[in-house]
Amino acid sequence: MKFLREALDKAKHNFEKGGKWERYYYVFEAFDTFAFQPNSTTPPKGAQIRDAIDMKRLMMTVIISMMPCLIFGLFNVGYQHFLAIGQDTSVGEMFWIGIVQVVPIIVVAYAAGLGVEFIFATFRRHPVNEGFLVTGMLIPLVMPPDIPLWQVAVATIFAVVIGKEAFGGTGMNVVNVALTARAFLYFAYPVDMAGEVWTYLPEGATLVEGYSGATPLAVASGSVTAGESAVAALNNFGSGWAENIYTLKNMFLGLIPGSVGETSTLMCLIGAFILIFTGVGSWKIMASVFAGAYGMALFLNFLGGNSFMEMPAHYHLVMGGLAFGAVFMATDPVTAAQTETGKWFYGALIGILTVLIRTFNPAYPEGIMLAILLMNVFAPLIDYFVVGANKKRRLKRATV
Amino acid sequence: MGKLIRLKKGFDINLQGKAALKLAQSEQPETFAIKPTDFHGIYMPRLIVNEGDIVKAGSTLFHDKKNESIVFTSPVSGEVVEIKRGQKRKLLEVKILADRTIEYAPFTKFSTSEIANLTREQVQPQILTSGVWVNLVQRPFGIVADPTETPKSIFISGFDSHPLAPDYNFLFRGQEQYFQAGIDILRKFTAGPIHLNVHSKREIGTIFSQAQGVELNKFSGPHPSGCVGVQIHHIDPLGKSDVIWTINPYGVIQIGKLFLNGIYDASKTIAVAGSEVKEPQYFRTYTGAGVKKFLYDNLKQQHVRIVSGNVLTGTQIGMDDHIGFYDQLVSVIPEGDQYEFLGWITPTANKLSLSRAWGLFSFLNYNKEYRLDSNTKGEPRAFVQTGVFEKVTPMDVLPTHLLKAIIAEDYDEMEALGIYEVIEEDLALCEFVDVSKHNVQAILREGIDLIQNS
Repeated sequence: MKFLREALDKAKHNFEKGGKWERYYYVFEAFDTFAFQPNSTTPPKGAQIRDAIDMKRLMMTVIISMMPCLIFGLFNVGYQHFLAIGQDTSVGEMFWIGIVQVVPIIVVAYAAGLGVEFIFATFRRHPVNEGFLVTGMLIPLVMPPDIPLWQVAVATIFAVVIGKEAFGGTGMNVVNVALTARAFLYFAYPVDMAGEVWTYLPEGATLVEGYSGATPLAVASGSVTAGESAVAALNNFGSGWAENIYTLKNMFLGLIPGSVGETSTLMCLIGAFILIFTGVGSWKIMASVFAGAYGMALFLNFLGGNSFMEMPAHYHLVMGGLAFGAVFMATDPVTAAQTETGKWFYGALIGILTVLIRTFNPAYPEGIMLAILLMNVFAPLIDYFVVGANKKRRLKRATV
Repeated sequence: MGKLIRLKKGFDINLQGKAALKLAQSEQPETFAIKPTDFHGIYMPRLIVNEGDIVKAGSTLFHDKKNESIVFTSPVSGEVVEIKRGQKRKLLEVKILADRTIEYAPFTKFSTSEIANLTREQVQPQILTSGVWVNLVQRPFGIVADPTETPKSIFISGFDSHPLAPDYNFLFRGQEQYFQAGIDILRKFTAGPIHLNVHSKREIGTIFSQAQGVELNKFSGPHPSGCVGVQIHHIDPLGKSDVIWTINPYGVIQIGKLFLNGIYDASKTIAVAGSEVKEPQYFRTYTGAGVKKFLYDNLKQQHVRIVSGNVLTGTQIGMDDHIGFYDQLVSVIPEGDQYEFLGWITPTANKLSLSRAWGLFSFLNYNKEYRLDSNTKGEPRAFVQTGVFEKVTPMDVLPTHLLKAIIAEDYDEMEALGIYEVIEEDLALCEFVDVSKHNVQAILREGIDLIQNS
């Protein structure tokens, strides 16, 4: 790799102060540090050695933890597609449809986002942030499989500019960037983000008889007006074309329509295991989101009132994007609560709000996105109280 | 009775090249130097000697302009050969060419029973004029103690948990009576206790186990359990306007020798350690020794970083430089100024990390000794709260918030978040583990300077 190093060293002076491409220094730096870990050494006073971890490796770990969700998502997009058109086909074929459908979304998300990153790095003169490597993968995973690509691009650009760069880049943003993209689409193009968009159906496809693309949450929510129990509604769903599609087990495995990568609770748990084992993701947040959601659902069970409220609490944990949100979105170290104690409250409130929104919002039965965005905004407030308590403990000691 | 305090948080950095427990036979270095920059809180040292002057061990070289009673004395006798100055004529170093046999400046000698009857007023002048005073470090701020203060307690850490740290039992072997005399003197400075803290899992030498007039506390857990700031936090936390003094056992022994023998004895044992040292072992020398004698012909390669002190808090020095005043260790590690192709993603078991992130396998083998270089292993980034600071800070302090308050120069926040309780070494591990590669210790000292001078 000496050749590459020499080429980079040769080009470097052009990008340094006074060079002809001086303004593109950070673009160059991004490529340089991507290819080679830099030769910078520690200052003469202080820690002379440093931990091998850096932001790039940290973000890479998160991306790896999302791989199970992505791979399963590729398969599931195809699986749902063939289920809806009533064709029996090989697993390879299903993967192929998924790849054809999803890879362009990933490419567009990365291209649009990194494009914005590079432009901002050039004009604002700050290093290109690795944070987008994760965001760029998260965005496709929370998109419906047949989202128009231009919408992916617009949403990504909006999210990176307004959600992140406006605040100064990775580390300074208030709300989760990937969720900003999703929320943008949800409010700007509701038709493409709600209703029966969760299965890839090309125009003119012939559907099986009795097909419905309603998500489990929509079905459970719909059970209120239909006057049957939520569990029965879910179990009966798909009769005639996809028997038992919304059983508890199937929802846990994720063989249901939904966003590309968020359907499988199992795959999210594998991701959670990777994040917790590596110490990259906060287990406190993940555990408290699940606990909060479960606790709130139990409380609603106790209150009763309608069939959705009476749905067994554990159903909430496998439906919709709760698991995905808890594992990959709520744990974003930048936008989550920053104090260890605060993380418990932050996570629990996300869980509680998610179930609240699901059960009481008639328009949109998925709650995790808004719950996390809301708590992102409130996380500094939680921290404020936790930090305040720390200060008070110190103050108390002083007067003794 | 002392306390037992179990610390869970922290991280032991296990490096190659630990010093073997033996004393090397080596000539003494020709030059010794005292560097005003080793002392915090001394902003304007005023020179007393000129180049060419002849000094004895214990003769004053310079004093603090703000407080002239705080003097800095020569560790050996000989000739002042060089006075090194930096920008704006800042005094950097006073170098002494040592005599073959050391002549000591005379101080008053006392017997053990006489020491018992002395008062603070009687002992303080001798401690000050002999130069042993500067061993006393004051918290908050980690500065040289103010002779007009009365501390609420005095802390001595009886073990060093830093990477490659010297073994105190070996360093201070046979110094029991001096240590005890030092403790007896120090007791005159505080109405509160003298806390002597040892590690519960390590051998406790007789020098500490037999010491009278101290509270012997035990700590367990990884580094920074040996940092005296952490120990204060758990035993006798500092409130606002409280003052605590800390002192290394070496300083206690030096005080003891001053009163029992009537001399300023700057002889000390230092460890020379690190992966690049051929024969890591101990050397007997004096404070401020030139390091060349110990390292010349003793290095495996020449592209190294020589550190006075340990690799977490130390200062880089050159082959011709001298060991710092408070240091009892010289560490030598490889210089890390090389590029590494795809170094940020390549799986490796040779790099140490607290984290188990992708490709970092150091967690698989806790007992492995690492050869770490001085590369930063990544580029500086904005703070991202990954929770690693909390894993290595066994104190009720929020490092990220404190550091942000310092960067924002918010005095009230700094104070409320506990800047009085920490100095660089207490948060040095944060600097090591930081994913965003901040120079945590430099930021912290900036904050301490700000608040001290406000």
